[in-house]
Amino acid sequence: MKKFTMLDLLVLVIRRDLVLAMRRRADVFTTLIFFVMVASLFPLGVGPEPDMLRKMAAGVLWVAALLASMLSLGRLFSADYLDGTLEQMMLAPQSLSILVLGKMTAHWMVSGLPLVLMAPVLGLQFDMSAQAIGVLIIGLLLGTPILSMVGAIGAALTLGLRGGGVLLSLLVLPLCIPVLIFGTGAVEAVSSGLSIASHLSLLGALLVLALVFTPWVTAQALRISME
Amino acid sequence: MLEVSNLACSRGDHRLFSGLSFNLLPGQIMQVQGVNGSGKTSLLRTLCGFLMPDEGEIVWRGESIRELDEEYYAEMLYLGHLNAIKDELSALENLRISAGLSGIELEEKEAMAALRRMGLRGRERLPTKVLSQGQRRRVALARLLVSDATLWILDEPLAALDVGAVALMQELIAEHLAKQGMVIFTTHQPLHVAGMEMRTLSLS
Repeated sequence: MKKFTMLDLLVLVIRRDLVLAMRRRADVFTTLIFFVMVASLFPLGVGPEPDMLRKMAAGVLWVAALLASMLSLGRLFSADYLDGTLEQMMLAPQSLSILVLGKMTAHWMVSGLPLVLMAPVLGLQFDMSAQAIGVLIIGLLLGTPILSMVGAIGAALTLGLRGGGVLLSLLVLPLCIPVLIFGTGAVEAVSSGLSIASHLSLLGALLVLALVFTPWVTAQALRISME
Repeated sequence: MLEVSNLACSRGDHRLFSGLSFNLLPGQIMQVQGVNGSGKTSLLRTLCGFLMPDEGEIVWRGESIRELDEEYYAEMLYLGHLNAIKDELSALENLRISAGLSGIELEEKEAMAALRRMGLRGRERLPTKVLSQGQRRRVALARLLVSDATLWILDEPLAALDVGAVALMQELIAEHLAKQGMVIFTTHQPLHVAGMEMRTLSLS
């Protein structure tokens, strides 16, 4: 019998969560359809002037992405908590942070990545320039993993609570404001011909910070929720 | 090997037990007895490190389990009320994943053999949501067959099992004890392990 290393375990958790997501595809589509719906409702609500739509496109897409990513957070740990898998994860002979990082990665691949891939289509709908769409995608690529990681802390803290969904959004959304500011800021900068480097490097810095700290914090929060 | 000294545990404001001490050596089996709500599950969960004891210490091979952490977890196996199996996955996938989580890479052949021994022949590749409660319990119990853990902590392992499966469990426990393993468990059904002295711990 071969022993698992830390990396094997990470891959195992990611693969398991992806297989599970593929077997309950409805969950994946809910997030994506919500994102498309919210973004498409805005032109209907505020009127079809291209100038105004072009201006607000980045903000609308980012806010829609933020809300869509909240939608799937509740399910991040709850299924594993209810069927006892989370107990077994805590008893794994590797650090719980690694398993948590695996779950975060899988969550991003299932709920964040589809949003990034869908964004250019919605960007066209708002008549954004190709350059702005490019920056929007880079921003979302850097930003959506942060949303998954910060969201995981909230999901772990509200685990097993009744009405945890609302509490989760109240807890996580304020923490995501910096991501929203730098993400939309980058698109605005490129539209007005300024440098995007500062916005994107700040987003990158946030991503690195989140990568280092959130798995550990989430693991601690899970231990508290299990007591 | 496993020494528990002066352990006290409470849930909310209610003190479940205090001053609990015992010692479990290789090849020994201990049954935790007590009425409903006497703290059997809490004791087992404390031994797993899920709950912090109010007082006292749990020592494994001479070191506190808080300090050993992952080294301790590599040598123990816990089976709780919850089966930790996913409805969407097949019995085979479930077993391979739970073995993976406990740090063992399981070949498909080994996993199939374990499931067949648990009486799940022909159902290895079915999604577990179509299995009965007892069959799901068997999938969870198949972990005992593929684990190399020394200490088994079993919370109501016989729940939902039929007579044949109970006999199989007794056989598995006897094999484990013969290999110098240790078992601590709770049950409300009689469990007889041939040729072994059953120690009991009563919580009141």
